[in-house]
Amino acid sequence: MQKQEEVTPLFSEEYDIALTVNGHRYERRVPVRLLLSDFLRHELHHTGTHVGCEHGVCGCCTVLLNGEAVRSCLMFAAQADGMVVTTIEGMAGTNSDLHPIQKAFQEKHGLQCGFCTPGIIMTVHAMLHENPNPSDEEIRHELSGNICRCTGYQNIVEAVKLAAMRLGEQKMEVE
Amino acid sequence: MKPPRFYYSAPSMLDEALALLDQNSENTKVLAGGQSFVPLLNMRLASPAYIVDINHIAELHYIEQEDGYLAIGATVRQRQVERSVLVQDKHPLLAEVIKHIGHMQIRNRGTVVGSIAHADPAAELPALLTCLNGEVLVQSIHGERVIKAEEFFTGYLSTALEPGEMLTEVRFPLIASKAGWAFLEFARRSGDYAMVGASAVVTPTADDHCLSAHIAYLGIAGAPIRGLDVESTIVGTTLDETALDAAAQAASMLVSDDMSDVHATVEFRRVLTGELTKRVLKTAWERRGL
Repeated sequence: MQKQEEVTPLFSEEYDIALTVNGHRYERRVPVRLLLSDFLRHELHHTGTHVGCEHGVCGCCTVLLNGEAVRSCLMFAAQADGMVVTTIEGMAGTNSDLHPIQKAFQEKHGLQCGFCTPGIIMTVHAMLHENPNPSDEEIRHELSGNICRCTGYQNIVEAVKLAAMRLGEQKMEVE
Repeated sequence: MKPPRFYYSAPSMLDEALALLDQNSENTKVLAGGQSFVPLLNMRLASPAYIVDINHIAELHYIEQEDGYLAIGATVRQRQVERSVLVQDKHPLLAEVIKHIGHMQIRNRGTVVGSIAHADPAAELPALLTCLNGEVLVQSIHGERVIKAEEFFTGYLSTALEPGEMLTEVRFPLIASKAGWAFLEFARRSGDYAMVGASAVVTPTADDHCLSAHIAYLGIAGAPIRGLDVESTIVGTTLDETALDAAAQAASMLVSDDMSDVHATVEFRRVLTGELTKRVLKTAWERRGL
């Protein structure tokens, strides 16, 4: 296949990729038109990443790409070559303990049907990493790229605040 | 839906990319952040036979201060500009405008140059470049050319780019220290496409009258549009209520008759355009240096 070893890269319909998803390394040959969202769901069978609108509006397919929240439906699997991807499956601990963000959503009833929830959890993860103590307004602003048709958002905001508090406490304990 | 079939290449050198672009120039598209282009592919509104992915081209990854402008290379993501200390320090208007683009997840992938090349009349950066009358650098295997914003945006999603050419750099002119600046837009929800937006820069004279004004709009015509008539109503004034009312009146005339859609009627857009004009000019004037 084409890759760095050839001097002039040629056009092709398939591409060899090696990437890390939730700590596991995968090497695959993929059609170049395969979206990252479909690669995660159909190739790796990580169906927690949901596909809603498939044009970047709903936010359900949000994953972390090298730590940054991105729409997995708006990039090709080929473009994730060499990258580190985290999906909702990578959030809970190895012995199935929920991540503090997931736990907060469960306790505060921050979901109903759950379709949008994986994308929201990944967005919140990125948000709290950058801003560990967001205001209500900042939470609503940062969540504006994730659409939820059930909850009315109130409990989502409550869940994010609870998660922020607990993650802050955890951090203090470590220190 | 899923993207149509295409042939893909991801070169790491600009020369290679330009050569590939030239091979089948009529049927090749450049992929950068993909936040507008991939939706077009997914919805099958675009179906190029060849795609050149420029994300691996390190030489296009720069934000640099040049003589009188800030230069941004084609692989710089909007989020990087948003976080850039250089941009915050040297071009606060650009830093302000960037925050209004889409959502955080979109800005994490979307590029500044890609937004200019896509030339959406409802997008923020084309309006800003029009306001500042900045320039773009366009390259092909045959050479390069520099195009002014007013000549670059030619219509709805249309630019002066020719087949085989790639937009490699956008140049945002720096704003004089005495000038005031502002950007405002109106959207129903944070991150949505705005119905109307306006960017303004005003420069005062020594006796505190308006020496010069630049204002440009998004969402009111088939392309980003500079409000020359609006500018002429306020030059020489102190931006008092009378001058702002005249500016608003002139601004509302700029809205194209065909700008009615499910989000806003043309009448509503005219009202919004007038009101945003007043507010953006007022804010810019308040920020002027004395």
